Amino acid sequence: MHKVDHTKNIIEVKNVSFSYGDQQVLKDISLNIHQGDYLGIIGPNGGGKTTLLKIMLGLLKPSRGTVSMFGQDICCFKHWSKIGYVPQNAVRFDTSFPATVEEIVTMGLYGKKGLFGSLNNKDKDKIREVLEQVEMTPFRKRLIGDLSGGQQQRVFIARALVSDPEVLFLDEPTVGVDVKTQENFYALLNLLNVKYNLTFILVSHELDIVVQEATEVACINQTLVYHGAPKDFMKGDYLSKLYGKELKFIVHDH
Amino acid sequence: MLDIFNYSFIVRGLEAGIIIAIIAPLIGIFLVLRRYSLIADTLAHVSLAGVAIGLLFKINPVITAIIASVLSSFGIERLRLSKKVYGESALAIFLSGSLASAVVILGLAHGFNVDLFSYLFGSIVTVKQSEVYTIAIVGLFVIATVFIFYKQLIYVTFDEDAAKISGIPTRFVNTLLILLSSLTVALAIPVIGVLLTSALIVIPVVTALQFKKSFKRTIIIAEIISIFSVIAGIFLSYYFNLATGGTIVLINLVIFCLVYLFLGL
Repeated sequence: MHKVDHTKNIIEVKNVSFSYGDQQVLKDISLNIHQGDYLGIIGPNGGGKTTLLKIMLGLLKPSRGTVSMFGQDICCFKHWSKIGYVPQNAVRFDTSFPATVEEIVTMGLYGKKGLFGSLNNKDKDKIREVLEQVEMTPFRKRLIGDLSGGQQQRVFIARALVSDPEVLFLDEPTVGVDVKTQENFYALLNLLNVKYNLTFILVSHELDIVVQEATEVACINQTLVYHGAPKDFMKGDYLSKLYGKELKFIVHDH
Repeated sequence: MLDIFNYSFIVRGLEAGIIIAIIAPLIGIFLVLRRYSLIADTLAHVSLAGVAIGLLFKINPVITAIIASVLSSFGIERLRLSKKVYGESALAIFLSGSLASAVVILGLAHGFNVDLFSYLFGSIVTVKQSEVYTIAIVGLFVIATVFIFYKQLIYVTFDEDAAKISGIPTRFVNTLLILLSSLTVALAIPVIGVLLTSALIVIPVVTALQFKKSFKRTIIIAEIISIFSVIAGIFLSYYFNLATGGTIVLINLVIFCLVYLFLGL
């Protein structure tokens, strides 16, 4: 396990702006993410939080500004095995895809392996280890489409963990998952953050969860409205400004 | 019973047919799962234009079909990525455009004759030895490439964003898939014909998917169905004097219906 330096910048977002055509989605956003952070990115729907995540990952190009990861500009970034990615489950996943849990977790190693590399015993041990970590070993031969939403998310976490990443990006990971499963899921993330010192960037519209789980909050609504500790965010006047009264009620309800 | 092997054209047909039967589902599984099934049909029509050019200039039509198919596969991909045209419309443009070109070029060449008919519907009688060699060499290339890039192909097919974030050059993999598809389609035409080629690429895979097995097993099941249907189709068409391409596709359909009904119960 590597030593964590909480002052070391892993990701630097500098003056990033982004537009879809004429519509500006993000405006002049600067954000540093340190080693070991558990950053929750929140904000109203259409506020640009998923767009920011995609820019950080190099899936979208910012119209202005730069992103660097581990000191390297994202356009030339090569060390992708340091990055793990857990996609939004409900929206973009073909449940009839013919692949077993084991096959999907194995995919997480393919980027690292390059063109001609094949799996060795160490890789197979690693696959077993991450399946154990997310408690999915008994399901390893099952088809991904036959699992519940929460189980599928665990498989995607395992796929992200198998390449030994230092940073994990999660895009709305618990959409369409029941409350109990959700609790287990966030307990697992917490364990990975505290015990294994993984850095997390979590995009979620579920404000109450983010405030409870993350160690830092970045609130995006076209601009960076707030960045800091969750408790100060709750104290401030940000909620009603951003969401109106409705969501404030839900948060207090929790 | 085995007098069938005394006819060299049958042996040639079997050789070519089995190679096609092996590569068609290998490419088909990626196309079907990416919802690209229709691209096979479009590329088949493009290949017909290539065949027409080959007949006009008296060059091996398989080679001209391959060139036409590969060139337009890049054109289709570029048109699709430009986002100015819907992916489906890009396919429609190429399908009808190449069919039109084929008709005009064939008219220039020597009118509509038996040769054309055999390319439209496939005929093992007309598979020439030189075509068998081309099919064998290019077929081996397709098989080897799928084996080498299996990891990248399956990841990009399942989740393109995640594949990209893991460091896989997704654009290259997409281009490769479309290149392999165009090669496969062009090779299949002498045996099974322009109008039926996409059936051999799509139906065995769709049938295999009904079994709901792992990715590797799905490929194996599709291979078994495909090879069986091609061999059985060639034998049946020989003994009962049927059109080979049509027989092969019909056997595939019968297997699909049986599997669908049986597994649905």
